[in-house]
Amino acid sequence: MDFDALISGLDRHTLDGITRGSIYALVALGYTMVYGVMKLINFAHSEVFMVGTWAVLGTYTVIGATAGMGAGMVIAATVLALLVAMLASAGTALAVERIAYRPLRKKGAPPLIFLITGIGCSMVLVETFGQLLRFFFGQPFGRVTVNIPSVLETKTLFTIPGVDLAVSNTRVLIIVGAIVMMLALDTFVNKSRLGRGVRAVAQDPDTASLMGVNQERVIMLVFVLGGAMAGVAALLYTVQYDITKFDIGFIIGLKAFTAAVLGGIGNLRGALVGGLFLGIVEVYASAIWDSSWTNVYAFVVLVVVLMFRPTGLLGESLGKARA
Amino acid sequence: MSQITAAYRGLRLGDRWGGAPQPVRWFVMLLVIAFAFYLPYLNVLPFAYIRTDLTASGSDWASVLFLVVVYMIVAVGLNVVIGLAGLLDLGYVGFYALGAYSVALFGSTNSPVVQAMQSKFGFSEEWAVPFAICIPIAIVMSLVAGVLLGAPTLRLRGDYLAIVTLGFGEIIRITARNLDDVTNGATGIIGVPVPPGPEIDGRSFFNTIDAERWYWLALTILILIIFLARRLENSRVGRAWLAIREDEDAAAVMGVAGFKFKLWAFAIGATLGGLAGLLFGSKQQYVEPNAFMVQLSFLFVAMVVIGGSGNIFGALLGAFLLTYLPERFREFVDWRPFAFGVALVAVMILRPQGLAPSRRRAREFEDRRHEAEEAAADA
Repeated sequence: MDFDALISGLDRHTLDGITRGSIYALVALGYTMVYGVMKLINFAHSEVFMVGTWAVLGTYTVIGATAGMGAGMVIAATVLALLVAMLASAGTALAVERIAYRPLRKKGAPPLIFLITGIGCSMVLVETFGQLLRFFFGQPFGRVTVNIPSVLETKTLFTIPGVDLAVSNTRVLIIVGAIVMMLALDTFVNKSRLGRGVRAVAQDPDTASLMGVNQERVIMLVFVLGGAMAGVAALLYTVQYDITKFDIGFIIGLKAFTAAVLGGIGNLRGALVGGLFLGIVEVYASAIWDSSWTNVYAFVVLVVVLMFRPTGLLGESLGKARA
Repeated sequence: MSQITAAYRGLRLGDRWGGAPQPVRWFVMLLVIAFAFYLPYLNVLPFAYIRTDLTASGSDWASVLFLVVVYMIVAVGLNVVIGLAGLLDLGYVGFYALGAYSVALFGSTNSPVVQAMQSKFGFSEEWAVPFAICIPIAIVMSLVAGVLLGAPTLRLRGDYLAIVTLGFGEIIRITARNLDDVTNGATGIIGVPVPPGPEIDGRSFFNTIDAERWYWLALTILILIIFLARRLENSRVGRAWLAIREDEDAAAVMGVAGFKFKLWAFAIGATLGGLAGLLFGSKQQYVEPNAFMVQLSFLFVAMVVIGGSGNIFGALLGAFLLTYLPERFREFVDWRPFAFGVALVAVMILRPQGLAPSRRRAREFEDRRHEAEEAAADA
């Protein structure tokens, strides 16, 4: 145990944790919204994120964006990649809903079956990209990690006085971007007419449909919104880590789901709390002990929190959120 | 006589089976078992086409049979947890890994645990825990793990339970990979002991080449387990599981102690998982953490659900299909996971109750489908 490492680098670790946690939180939104409305874990959501990272890479490749372009070009390329990633992820999420979940809903299948089709979809998506990689790179085990050009170069933007912590532009983009998107989504769900429909279905699907809420449309909306948020997360992830891989979604998805459960699944603000909490705990614990155990810390925290607060830190409440 | 056959014709296979006289059932069962034992030597055309070693890249037929039977043991165990008690366990691979690792840790002279014991108690360098004692160790370890995992988490609802168990499976694997001083980390442990037996042609009876002996051993264990599991299903415990699966609150009102029986299901499932892992590790004579990825857990769950959860025959069928088919069609090896994903989605959408569901389960699905249709018609 090395508490000195944690204390001496506390400011840096906290920043690391918040960056990591913001991305978890954005992906967690997709899980939490789908769970809130349909009471099911969308196991293919991790691959929705994965598709987003490939969309970013594809956009950069097509427009020929590389590191070291002019500021205007960088902004244009990033915004374009963001839009493409959001579209691709939302489209994937919607396709998964149509193919894997809707037919089962019509048959009134129990939740376990939804889970299995979700896993099936996830495997199909992973394998599709794995095969594409093999096709393009040709190695016998051509499922390599692919680099994404760091269009936005990392520079120190400002230094926090007092703790002497240098904050880079990429981190500001990730943290601010994630929080702005979450606030926008929260406002949308709490204030808009469509958002009211989402909350109504989450609270009581039968009564909501009696009141004229189109449940099918709400479910589609939820998948599109969750997918778009995963697309944003994908762009922010590539800004921070500059890589993607065919199975990149698995571990992020697992963490994001953990974050959603930690915060209280079905609770949008809970996803933010859970994501940041998980990110910070992971980074702190890795500093104290050993980073190869990171995933173990995440799950131990999950079990401990669930033992004392079985509905997560903030409790389930998509349906109960007040306007 | 013709009346009887007419009555038979209208019935499903299961009813005919149940209605057949006892001696007939015993005879058919014995035939099936004898055929199962004969399978490794099956070489009569056209039946030989089911063998997996026809092509140059094909895998050893007896080894495939062994793996099928090991996964069948897994499926029977997981069927208790998912199919009977209705608990979604996505970390079943953790128990499987524990079983494999306990025989490796205590039985192999290469394991740091055995080496530590040797130096502590002054044993010779050839000393290791005998295989026969490794079996109870593996069973106790997976049983304890099942209770340790179940006790804090079984109060959680279904989906929470799923993610916590998933985490448990990962914790076991990461621990096995990172605890270099105990498990040799990513290198794994070689020299996992095999069951004792006479030497034939200078090789021990259970060796890496003659896989059919492993297959017979696993098959014998599987038959015993099926027999026990069927008894369990029709016992008081089994009925309690069904009650909990249908409606936990109603079961609690009727005096069924939900937590206790769920823990029982978890413990029994874990034990069978551990036993299967032990067989696997011992046959491979080598364990490493990468053999126990989470994806294997998904495969296990898929076996139970595709076959038809709640029915031992269904679980066996699912385990057989999902293990055998990919081995038989190895030439499409690159596309196997893809096909597997497509098959999962397709089977579940077309037949959500599974290929061979238990009759009670099939009726439930029928009810739910009617309800969903009525709700759709009302809307």
